[in-house]
Amino acid sequence: MSLQFLLDGLIAGSMIGLGAIGVTLTYSILRFSNFAHGDFMAWGAYAALAVVGALGGSTPIAPLSFGWPLLAAMVVAMGLTALLALVLDALLFGRLRARGQSIIVVMASFGASMALRSLLEFMFTSSPTYFSRAIQMATPIGFGVRITADQVALLILTLALVTGMHLFMQRSQRGREMRAYSQNPALARVVGIDVAKVIRATWIIGAALACAAGVMVGVLVQIRPLMGLDLLLPIFAAAILGGIGSVPGAVLGGLIIGLSEAAAVQFVGAEWRAAVAFVILMAVLLVRPMGLYGVAER
Amino acid sequence: MIDLLGYGGFFLSTALIFGLIALGLNLQWGLTGLFNVGIAGFVAIGAYSSAILTTPETVDRVGGFGWPIVAGWLAAAAITATAAAFTGYATLRLKSDYLAITTFGVAVVVQLVALNAQSLTGGPFGVAFIPRPFASVQDQSVLFNLSNLGVIAAVTLAVYLALERLSRSPWGRVLRALREDERAAIALGKSAQSYRVQAFAVGGAVMGLAGAVQAHFIGFIAPDNYLPTLTFQVWAMLMVGGSGSNRGALLGAIVVWAIWVGSGSVTAALVPADLQARAASLQIVAIGVMLCLILLWRPQGFFGSGRSPK
Repeated sequence: MSLQFLLDGLIAGSMIGLGAIGVTLTYSILRFSNFAHGDFMAWGAYAALAVVGALGGSTPIAPLSFGWPLLAAMVVAMGLTALLALVLDALLFGRLRARGQSIIVVMASFGASMALRSLLEFMFTSSPTYFSRAIQMATPIGFGVRITADQVALLILTLALVTGMHLFMQRSQRGREMRAYSQNPALARVVGIDVAKVIRATWIIGAALACAAGVMVGVLVQIRPLMGLDLLLPIFAAAILGGIGSVPGAVLGGLIIGLSEAAAVQFVGAEWRAAVAFVILMAVLLVRPMGLYGVAER
Repeated sequence: MIDLLGYGGFFLSTALIFGLIALGLNLQWGLTGLFNVGIAGFVAIGAYSSAILTTPETVDRVGGFGWPIVAGWLAAAAITATAAAFTGYATLRLKSDYLAITTFGVAVVVQLVALNAQSLTGGPFGVAFIPRPFASVQDQSVLFNLSNLGVIAAVTLAVYLALERLSRSPWGRVLRALREDERAAIALGKSAQSYRVQAFAVGGAVMGLAGAVQAHFIGFIAPDNYLPTLTFQVWAMLMVGGSGSNRGALLGAIVVWAIWVGSGSVTAALVPADLQARAASLQIVAIGVMLCLILLWRPQGFFGSGRSPK
């Protein structure tokens, strides 16, 4: 039996984990589950595609399928996706949040998600596109596992992003403020935390990481308007499995979901892959709704 | 003229079936405040249940039960209610967002089963030869459409009256009390979770019934009928009509379906064939923007005078 599925699961899981960080932060700080989060991924990937197109072609870095333009485009696209999230918050979510009906905000995110996704279909059609059509050679690394240079590069990038996020949340002043606000909004206000800045930071981080995940899916698989919708359930499941509000939990949850999906593809059949996240979600809700690292609701 | 009558019957039948789904959603959301984003999944459960129970035997699919249509409808409502009750049971003791996420998952999984469990659902080709009411007059399309409209209107009216009665009953009052002031209602000895699960199940039953009625009206179902766009359309209908009002749900369904069909045929007539798919996605963008604008400016909808749910 080949152990390839473990590597595939690890890679899929790290993309799910990057998405889940945004969902878990939005949920714990802004108090709503953002159904438009998957569409941030898709918009990020298309934004990077547009920027790459504008920058023009260049030769890829030796073993990789992409060069500096894609990395530069990814940074620009992360900024653009963050901007999209901030604009949506200013126009829609922020106003509804001010009325204090959190479930209405969820509904608005559902409407926004449908509109964002269909807008992508309108602009780019529903057929998939690619950053590069070059075929990459996979190098065997033992136990029947093969890995491409792109996969190595993106795993390193994910590791860097997650470590950076963790340090930001634990060590920086803004990160501490975000954690404080998520644990007790009223008390955070009393001690003088600037709530508007906390909310802005939450959107920027969530959208930028979603964009990074979207670009990675684009590099490793393909870019489609529906890519975000397809990842939404695994992302929610990962955030809940990890425990809402916990960044390491979201990443761990993502890896568990990714590996379970890969195992399901290996042992059950590829067509049932999308059901795995649902089964795990139901199991968590029935057995341990607070998730792995969560705290009990007060 | 005769054609127009037949088409009018067809249009109104479809709109009323949407109206039925919106009535189910109104019980869940408008009356109880439960957010369901998996409507398409519950409608599909009803449609497939009734289709499998009533169709004649086929070679490569479970079936051949040959139940009468009405029995299929009732079974569809019961099966969907069970699925909704389980969904509610698993999530309603938790935060309200978890119900939303889980219903989203239900829709994904139902779609997956419809596509892949070929021996149960016929896979991507769906289920055909579902018995249609008044199939004996199928050749005379006007008569056929109008008599089906009669059946669908009767079902809708019955559900409407039942829901109106239910929402005025003590049971409905408890649901409203839970929505308005949960603590006070619990203090009066009402179990929030159990009432919410019941409301979610009854709403699910109505959605399942609507799915079954539509399956028998068209005579053929396939997984593509139950994509997230359906969920989205029904939400737009309820929000336009005004959540909390059963009459608003029905009116909203007819108005939104008229806009949908109308804008669809306008684009079909004006937009060149190669751009049709793009125009169709713009249609969804428009409905999504409309939903957000209604939430921002007129959360009580256009026909409902009732208060918006909390």
